[in-house]
Amino acid sequence: MTDRLRVNPIACEAHGLCAELFPERVSLDDWGYPIIDPQSIPRELQVHARRAVDACPTLALALVQADAGDRGDARQWRSRQR
Amino acid sequence: MSAQVAPRSAQPPPHDIPRLMAGARGDGKPVSLSEHLDRYGDLGVRPARGASPDLIALVEASGLQGRGGGAFPAGRKLRAVAQMNRRPLVLVNGAEGEPMSGKDKVLMRYMPHLVLDGAVVAAAAVGAREVVVVVGDDAAGSFAAMQAAIDERARRRHGGVSFRLASIPARFVAGEETALVNWLSGGSVKPLFTPPRPFERGVSGSPTLVQNVETVANLALIARFGADWFRALGTIEEPGSALVTFAGAVAQPGVYEIPLGLSLTGLIARAGGLSRPVSAFLIGGYFGAWVAAEDTSSIRLLDSELRPLGASLGGRVIFALPQSVCGIVETARLSRYLADESAGQCGPCVRGLDAVATALQELAWGKRNTRHDDARLDRWLAQIDGRGACRHPDGAARLIASGLRVFAAERARHAAGSCGGTGKPLLPVHAARKSKR
Repeated sequence: MTDRLRVNPIACEAHGLCAELFPERVSLDDWGYPIIDPQSIPRELQVHARRAVDACPTLALALVQADAGDRGDARQWRSRQR
Repeated sequence: MSAQVAPRSAQPPPHDIPRLMAGARGDGKPVSLSEHLDRYGDLGVRPARGASPDLIALVEASGLQGRGGGAFPAGRKLRAVAQMNRRPLVLVNGAEGEPMSGKDKVLMRYMPHLVLDGAVVAAAAVGAREVVVVVGDDAAGSFAAMQAAIDERARRRHGGVSFRLASIPARFVAGEETALVNWLSGGSVKPLFTPPRPFERGVSGSPTLVQNVETVANLALIARFGADWFRALGTIEEPGSALVTFAGAVAQPGVYEIPLGLSLTGLIARAGGLSRPVSAFLIGGYFGAWVAAEDTSSIRLLDSELRPLGASLGGRVIFALPQSVCGIVETARLSRYLADESAGQCGPCVRGLDAVATALQELAWGKRNTRHDDARLDRWLAQIDGRGACRHPDGAARLIASGLRVFAAERARHAAGSCGGTGKPLLPVHAARKSKR
């Protein structure tokens, strides 16, 4: 099972730590908000992805199942935001 | 135990358009319950305990798609809500926040019982007992007609579901289904991050079926006359009739019921022809796209034919731009409106749409010595797409990008410091009310 990153754009406040910590999948737009590469994250990069998720000051970033569209990942979001 | 499905009617079903508006009175008054029953007969659907697989199958067989803009299959939405196995709620979406659109207001104002019948069908299909009808607070006539129709049913003990009418601030994003749910749950008129979607967790946590007013009115007819009758108009993929609001340089602007697949020229003929030469059409309203007039001569009003042009039926608004009005000026006005109508939650939408609108205003009206075409405009539009919790930034970016494409010659002309427009801009863009945020 592979994961990808997803950002909650309502919670995101453009701190930009995610792009700093995980440039392999996160870049910033002209206003400093993250643009997420939706590709799944290979095993060797997982630790960096997790570090970016954990560093987000507003808990706006999450790892979700790559094959679940943006639908099947509700449970992952809830556990992340608790 | 499932709800009864027994199509029967007092008068034969209409076999051409108008369908939805077939029973309308000529005098501008709403159809009363007695008049409605005389014309259509009893609905023959009573909500029962639990969902009705028969009704869901009927709606799926009809191929009805949502008429609010998303064109999501209505039957699939019913099934998703019914499968939640918790008592759901039906939310009839009459917010119609699109400034030019009038079709849902017209249906609620003149055919309130058709809308309520459809809500009963939806409730019976998913096993709901409660229906909330939401109307924008700028549609007093529609609100009054729906209230009178609900009261009339209560007095005559007609129904089997409980109806509640709610008013929502008339903002552009109000019709977005999570914004409706948020508002009705005691929050603000702002979209929510999904999942969970309304069918999973909607108003006050209940699974919520959100259907547009016109979608629901179609359910009232499908339950009576059947799926085959419904499919007699339109195409296999996009069956039925549709209400469209036709505005701009047209002899008789207004709401028209058309069979899906009618040609744009056919619609123009029904509206008495164009009143002035037209350079482009805005198809789908403020979530749609500009299409150059020369590309529209043979198109039929179907998503399948509009998609290759970058457009869709969307909010079912069609606006004809006269040649005398500058498309860049109109696009600049639109982009400022859409930036101001952002719910203000997501950075890329708030900052991005504002930057785009500012650049376009500069291009449209900037002083001779400062006016320029910002090279960042196209990059910004690409960056905004898909970056919000709801589809507002996507729709706005696509619409503005289509304007820059269709009015490329005007764009160059503006960058060089002149404008070919001689007529006053026409698009209504003044509904933004920031105090309501």
